[in-house]
Amino acid sequence: MSPKTIDPAAQAALEKAEAEGIPTAFSRAEQLKPCPIGAEGACCKICAMGPCRFVGKAPEEVRGVCGADLATVAARNFARQVAAGASAHSDHGRDLAFALQAVAKGEAQGYRIKDAQKLRRVAALLNVPTEGRSVEEVAYDVGVAALSAFGQQRGEIIYASRATRRRQEIWRQLGLMPRGVDREVVEMMHRTHEGVDMDAENILDQAMRTALADGWGGSMLATDLSDILFGTPAPVQSMANLGVLREDQVNIVVHGHEPTLSEMIVAASQDPELIAYAREKGATGINLCGICCTSNEILMRHGIPPAGNFLQQELAIITGAVEAMIVDVQCVMQALAPLSKRFHTRLITTSPKARIPGATHMQFNEHTALDDAKAIVRLAIENFPNRKGTAIPKVSSPMIAGFSHEYLNYMQGGRFRASFRPLNDAVIAGRIRGAVGIVGCNNARQPHDEGIMALVKEFIAQDVLVAMTGCAAIGAGKYGYMTPEIMAAAGPGLREVCEAIGIPPVLHLGSCVDNSRILTVLTQMATEGGLGEDISDLPAAGICPEWMSEKSLAIGTYFVASGVYVIFGGHSPVGASREVTRIMTEVWDAKVGGRLEFVPDHAEILRRALAHIDAKRAALGLPAWDPTRFGTSGDTPVREFLTVSDEQYSLNMYSAARAAAE
Amino acid sequence: MSRYIATAAIRGANRIVQEAEEMLQKALQEFGPDAPVAFTNTAYYLPVILGFTGIEVARLGDMPRVLEYAKGLLHAAPGEHNWLPYLGETLDCGVATLLAEELIEGIRFVRGLEPEPITWGGTYTQSASFTSPEFAREGEVQARLNGPIDDIQLRAWGIQLVDGRMPGFAAIVGAAKSNEAAVQIVRELQKRNILVFLSGNVNGRSIIHQLMEEGVEMGYDTYIVPFGTDTISAIYALGFATRSALTFGGMKGGQAREILLYNKYRVFAFVLALGEVDDLKYATAAGAINYGFPTLADTVIPQITPTGITRYEHVVSMPWDDIPGENDTEKARRFVQRAIEVRGVKVKITEVPIPVPYGSAFEGERVRKQDMRVEFGGKYSRCFEYLRMADFDAVEDGKVTVVGPGFEDVPEGEAMDMGIVVEVAGRKMQEDFEPVLERQIHYFINGASGIQHIGQRDIAWIRISKAAAEKGFNLEHFGKILYARFHADFGAIVDKVQVTIYTDPAQVEQWLARAREAYNQRNVRLAGMTDESVEEFYSCTLCQSFAPNHVCVVSPERLGLCGAYNWLDCKASHQINPTGPNQPIKKGACLDPVYGIFDGVNQFVYQNSHQTVSNVTMYSIMRDPMTACGCFECIAMVIPEANGIMVVSREDPSMTPAGMTFSTLAGMAGGGLQTPGVMGVGKYYLVSKKFISADGGFKRVVWMSSFLKETMAEELKAVCEREGDPDLLDKIADERVATTVEELLPFLEEKGHPALTMDPLF
Repeated sequence: MSPKTIDPAAQAALEKAEAEGIPTAFSRAEQLKPCPIGAEGACCKICAMGPCRFVGKAPEEVRGVCGADLATVAARNFARQVAAGASAHSDHGRDLAFALQAVAKGEAQGYRIKDAQKLRRVAALLNVPTEGRSVEEVAYDVGVAALSAFGQQRGEIIYASRATRRRQEIWRQLGLMPRGVDREVVEMMHRTHEGVDMDAENILDQAMRTALADGWGGSMLATDLSDILFGTPAPVQSMANLGVLREDQVNIVVHGHEPTLSEMIVAASQDPELIAYAREKGATGINLCGICCTSNEILMRHGIPPAGNFLQQELAIITGAVEAMIVDVQCVMQALAPLSKRFHTRLITTSPKARIPGATHMQFNEHTALDDAKAIVRLAIENFPNRKGTAIPKVSSPMIAGFSHEYLNYMQGGRFRASFRPLNDAVIAGRIRGAVGIVGCNNARQPHDEGIMALVKEFIAQDVLVAMTGCAAIGAGKYGYMTPEIMAAAGPGLREVCEAIGIPPVLHLGSCVDNSRILTVLTQMATEGGLGEDISDLPAAGICPEWMSEKSLAIGTYFVASGVYVIFGGHSPVGASREVTRIMTEVWDAKVGGRLEFVPDHAEILRRALAHIDAKRAALGLPAWDPTRFGTSGDTPVREFLTVSDEQYSLNMYSAARAAAE
Repeated sequence: MSRYIATAAIRGANRIVQEAEEMLQKALQEFGPDAPVAFTNTAYYLPVILGFTGIEVARLGDMPRVLEYAKGLLHAAPGEHNWLPYLGETLDCGVATLLAEELIEGIRFVRGLEPEPITWGGTYTQSASFTSPEFAREGEVQARLNGPIDDIQLRAWGIQLVDGRMPGFAAIVGAAKSNEAAVQIVRELQKRNILVFLSGNVNGRSIIHQLMEEGVEMGYDTYIVPFGTDTISAIYALGFATRSALTFGGMKGGQAREILLYNKYRVFAFVLALGEVDDLKYATAAGAINYGFPTLADTVIPQITPTGITRYEHVVSMPWDDIPGENDTEKARRFVQRAIEVRGVKVKITEVPIPVPYGSAFEGERVRKQDMRVEFGGKYSRCFEYLRMADFDAVEDGKVTVVGPGFEDVPEGEAMDMGIVVEVAGRKMQEDFEPVLERQIHYFINGASGIQHIGQRDIAWIRISKAAAEKGFNLEHFGKILYARFHADFGAIVDKVQVTIYTDPAQVEQWLARAREAYNQRNVRLAGMTDESVEEFYSCTLCQSFAPNHVCVVSPERLGLCGAYNWLDCKASHQINPTGPNQPIKKGACLDPVYGIFDGVNQFVYQNSHQTVSNVTMYSIMRDPMTACGCFECIAMVIPEANGIMVVSREDPSMTPAGMTFSTLAGMAGGGLQTPGVMGVGKYYLVSKKFISADGGFKRVVWMSSFLKETMAEELKAVCEREGDPDLLDKIADERVATTVEELLPFLEEKGHPALTMDPLF
């Protein structure tokens, strides 16, 4: 196996690329060494007196032209990345608020409010009155309230009230409570402008506040508004990896992050007229699949299969089987445009915010959404006869996705007894040692999926429940780790819990804005009882093994500020500064009960996360993890009993011992 | 869940809902939508349906809505590969199953098929009231099984369920591996005072058949209630659980989650699945798990051990042949023990060294004349019991002496004289506690299987059955029982116990005289004890485990509404358990002597009702009346048209002039709610001078259940004389002369009832 990927499908596509001399992110990463100074945060280019590089034997002693020291520079660089990441999620959330209002006013073609119940719950959280009002009226005002969370200037961002009381107090006391999404981002940019804030700790406090405005603001709103508009996810069956592309059908790949367009593409791809049109063109139907988080959005709600994660966007085109790749925003590689020219694939940009030279731009407008989507699908169908050769790797795996926090609640007790009691009980008893979120990207500078999978496998084997989002989630899905059957690979206690509920030990919670679902889940665990009073008391950790984007830094930072121990794989963007590294670990730990570490070695990530989980268990007075105490329940003994008895033609249901002896 | 169980349960749920739909359609065609639907004697309609949906099913036409609701809870079974999660779905299907099962039973009631007729050789003798065994009538042989438990019995059991005497219930579904196993399992449950509900069958054979064949006495009094021989009748157990929450928890129909959590935390129940578990049994068990009730099976089935919906394991398999033990008795003990562990029931067993089984469940057992070896007291002999405090040195702890002959020489079925004298000593023992402890003799002796005890003091009446005598039960064992139980239950105030059984005629005579002297002194002392003569009343918050906001205030002249706790009982109970539910309440300043308003009482009640009740009067039904849990013996309610009140007793199922039966009224009087004009009371409060004295006292009573008039004839006569109207009792109507106000008023006019001319109540 190549060190570039552990995925046989990706491997096959890469071999084809190599044979045909097609460059990919994998090959470019080999050719293009990363800038070692920028990588560690030691380059300051915020003014024209620089760029100043903080290198040498004693980089901490170096001063920039303005006198800035390394800590200030590393902190500023990091903070600006967080601001950019928070902006990405929040801009996404804002667009959904606009979309909701358009739907409420009846101006959005093809959309309707799918989850009116959730609308009412969200309305209650946003103090929007619901009594005696129509769904549309409430929806419109929810849109107004959501938009105000972005533009709000004073007070507290409204969703902060969803955190535990203790957490809210911490934020207030430390001045970390976000006031409004846009305000925090703007202030972050201001404070990192040349000659403003030069206290690394103070800069990083604002980075936390900006990140919180993302996690408990932009992202959480994005998740809630998506659920209201497109339905709150519940488990669905699907398949993952390049093998979901079909030889005989028109393959349309949606890629990017927003659900708004892709929802309409889903509708258009099921349109009988268009299916008939596809048949006319020689295909047996239309096959929709996805890449990245647009894929996750429609996977969670419709079971539309992901063709791969971030590093597979080029590989999908390289199969030669993709008629159209439709992209919106974020994580889209510019390389797709020249790459698509080598094949028949039409690369279609749809957002006015994100255009690529060489791509076909078909601007998506929610007022004409269905028509736009149909036009795009039609274009793909018309492209089907242009296919040349295809090489689809016959690799894919079944998976279950769709674990919204609402469903997580439901699955633990049904309509009447829904709660987090069973999960908390399992953690308290030690059946489940703890929980980790494994989230984030792929990174061409690390073997594709290797870190993600190494950790997933080890964690579940050691009775740690794994929640996943984003490209990491698609990764686990591709290797069968999101099928319930994989519970056999889990530790005995975790296996029992999975079998009791019927879930995989690795749960898909959605796209990267849906990390906000994890915040909600953690808060519910902390308030259910028995596991302390705040997120920072929980035996849990957050891990981003193959991080790449600025969004992941924003996510990591809001988790830390919410009380989570967060470990990133790969290199540290602040590695050059010992002081900033200390602030993000020791200082943050003392302040908010969470820390942010960058650890390149997977085994070390595992060790640290488990040590943290065990320490939290001990602090809660819970029994130490002991896998030998559990594992007697489940179906297996009975299935074995039934086989044995059948062969003997004597079924004594009053004795398992006799069957075992025989 | 497990996928195996989920698949079976979901399959079972879909099938039973479909079955209910078919039955309902047929019934609607046959009887029409207005055909009334009702379970026996309940104010809670079809209680499980009421609890989950808030729908009050009173006619067939109310059922389709329920059916639609049930259908909305159904799901598809999980697949073989890459299946979707199933726990929440299975639990919902379990609820759909319960709704469908209750609909089916409701339809069967319409058709007259419920309670299930006994079509085989067995008999079911439904016993009479458990709470007042002294009034037990010889049970009639029933042609049907019990069917659902009525509200009256539920309330009667209330106090025992809350004070822990009755730790919970076991719903047995199916049939045991053998008759012997069936008997032993039930006996083990009885020993622990756990209610046993029976239903279901395996290939047509039910544990009900098994127990009947073995001659096990079933009925409310023995804690064994045969619901029916199919799985569907197990719904009555969950109806009982739902009504516990509605009756004692103050919950309303439709508060499904609250009702279920109430059961999870307060009602210790479990399911014993005996024999093969089919789809419908799994589906019903899934419904029961919603209540937090786990299932224990005696066959090989998948186990579900992670906790959460239930407190401990959800499903446990304990294959009968694999249970260690020489015989079914030992296996049954281990099986039941495991069930208790799984539910987390706290059971205190007092080992009583006698040759027959022992436990409260045997308290209600009767010994019929033909089964009797010997009796003491009753028509043909004298029997008395007397407990007194003695000097520490004069009591030899554990000494049991029989003075006089045993009953060996008494011919079978005949009687002899006997006196039981108990002498106790203890540093915290007080003379006041003598009657409190003496009254326990009734319960203690009754706990022995095959022994019947009725009455108290010098009208005690004890029978020993032939079966018990054959097992070696003799007079000395009475002493052994009393010794063990007084130490176990009253160890906090009793350090030494010595029992002497007298059968020697001269000694019986001599001790009887002494006892009677003591009884007299006590009567005088008690009669002199008034609310004014004490500084402290006592609280009783025992029922807060069931009715979280209710506080009983017990004074010398007003006993607890359940009838089980008077002021002395509370005082003794406080001595035994100083931090327990009976706390002294300093009366504090008397704000109104007529209404009985005390500063200290108000403060205590406000605090302990969790700020829901701020004022309580001791002597009025009209102004801030005392609240009630749900265990009351009687309900007093104002009849405005008659300017008086009526008193209906728990035993009286008839209609009252208030237009409601006891059961319906109970919903208004219970749950810790303060409703002027309605009050739950203990029946002996009726004879107190302070009985609604602020509102005019006993003369206000214009209607009273005949049961009360008859069973308390002597006491009530004395009250009438005290009130200066010796014929008053005859002026009070009962259900035999009036069940409406229209019938009541002419009666009162005719008799010249004083209430008509008293000051207006309003």
